Amino acid sequence: MAGLERPRAGRIVLGDEVWFDAPRKLHISPERRRVGYLPQDYALFPHLTVAGNVRFAARRHRPDLLERVGIAHLAGARPSQLSGGERQRVALARALAREPRVLLLDEPFGALDTITRQEVRDQLADLLNTLRLPALVVTHSFDDAIVLARRIGVLDRGRLVQLASAAELTQSPATARVAALTGANVLDGTATPSATGSMIRLTTGGELASSQRASGPVQIAVQPWELELCDPVSTALTDTVVSVRDDHGRLLVRLTKFSLQIRPESNGRPPLAEGQSVGLRAAPRDVRVIGRP
Amino acid sequence: MTAAARSGFPKRRDEASWHGALGHVAVVAGAAVVIAVVMAFLLLPIVALFTYQPVHDLINNFGAKVATDAILVSLKTNMIAFAIMIALSTPFAYLIGRRRFRGRSVVVTLVEVPLVMPPAVAGLGLLVAFGRFGLLGHTLTVLGIDLAFTQAAVVLAILFVASPFYLRGAIAAFEAVDSTLLDVAGTLGAGPLRRMLRVAVPLATAGLGAAAALAFARGVGEFGATILFAGSFEGTTQTLPLAVYSLFDANLDQAIAIGVLLIVVSAAILLASKLVGSWTSSRSTSPSPGERSSYAQS
Repeated sequence: MAGLERPRAGRIVLGDEVWFDAPRKLHISPERRRVGYLPQDYALFPHLTVAGNVRFAARRHRPDLLERVGIAHLAGARPSQLSGGERQRVALARALAREPRVLLLDEPFGALDTITRQEVRDQLADLLNTLRLPALVVTHSFDDAIVLARRIGVLDRGRLVQLASAAELTQSPATARVAALTGANVLDGTATPSATGSMIRLTTGGELASSQRASGPVQIAVQPWELELCDPVSTALTDTVVSVRDDHGRLLVRLTKFSLQIRPESNGRPPLAEGQSVGLRAAPRDVRVIGRP
Repeated sequence: MTAAARSGFPKRRDEASWHGALGHVAVVAGAAVVIAVVMAFLLLPIVALFTYQPVHDLINNFGAKVATDAILVSLKTNMIAFAIMIALSTPFAYLIGRRRFRGRSVVVTLVEVPLVMPPAVAGLGLLVAFGRFGLLGHTLTVLGIDLAFTQAAVVLAILFVASPFYLRGAIAAFEAVDSTLLDVAGTLGAGPLRRMLRVAVPLATAGLGAAAALAFARGVGEFGATILFAGSFEGTTQTLPLAVYSLFDANLDQAIAIGVLLIVVSAAILLASKLVGSWTSSRSTSPSPGERSSYAQS
């Protein structure tokens, strides 16, 4: 999109401007596309000050931009003196100085540690919201995508497999890979239609009811927080505990075929032990057949 | 336990450490001798040149007409050659350093041919290429240009012999510039010329400076190609090294005085390039971890 690579096929159009068109062999060079590009490590010019970096892209002096991203006090600093979050802001201010028609952020948190990452992510989300500018963020992290994006396009082996909101991706994943990206348990099974939807007999053993109608071989997705533990005798689905660990104040229980997230027990029941056999259940509406809307 | 047994072990260890200390002293002494011999060999000729005549004679000899003429010729021809070299070789090195194309390595190798060519052969080559009866001689004559044995010929000889030193260093310096920075400069609206002048050149400064200093030093010392292609005419083509050679028979004191001058100039260039190198590296290095190191090293 920035024009740094020449694709083999396709078209890139922004509004009425055609930037790339493979059949017509049209390729507009980067300096003539108005893309505000933030590469993974921000690529600030090390020989220029913060203000110099911004001025490089601006046709006129733009002190307002540093103010807008909240780093006016760093105008005279060199990139090597800045923290990761500050560098990102400089890169953003510099990209904005170009007066871009679209922003392209490549792995914006790749160069940051976890603590800075969360802080910077929230700040970036706020900034992008105030910019009134289309922004395309490339990331491997679904968490980042949820915070930053209204619409998420999932690329799998070079193809766009689904373009939807985070909620839609979770509710009706188009492929097993999309479901896995959202963190769901993905299982193979055979569906038989029933009065309230369908009953799915899992390949690994056990059954789950779904509110969706389906028949034949299917894949289902269930989120870890939608599974509930129950008495192994009273359910058609059982599994064995592999490990239990704390996950942001909840317990993440890994079973042999599933993982689930539960609230820590407060009612005095004995904690889960490794090797313990447990029963599982999920509400039929939470058992989603992959690839069905 | 006997007294011998009690004292035996420590005694052996004393002996061992004594041997160890002796070995250490031998190694240090050996290293000192090697360093002294090598340094003496390298520095003795320089000391000899400086001490050959009393200081006031040396200074008087600098003022001789042959010397001042040669200084002016050297200064003028080297300045012109240096300017042409920087103006043409920098964009050339940028193109070769940043682009990938078929035959690139052939170009890089050809650029270095003058480096391994004996300077006298280079002079002959220039003569049969640009001289009156050379390959381009006829064309040049028609245009009313006669290069051989003129000051322009001195400039050409210096360019031919010295610019490969600059080109080689400059290509390496441009190769070391982080591509992402140039890519980003493009997306920020900088065209090819601006990317080169505002991003690549500043980032390659240390490498370019070192290469330019080396080439300049080589140009000031140029002898073989100049004497064959431009001759040695006092006041027009007789540069400092040529003056040393022509005075060698006539007036050894003056020859040595000019030699001292050349040493001072070369030392100054060497010192300047070292200072530029350390200044640029102290100014722009120490990127924090995670940031790409994108500074061209010389």
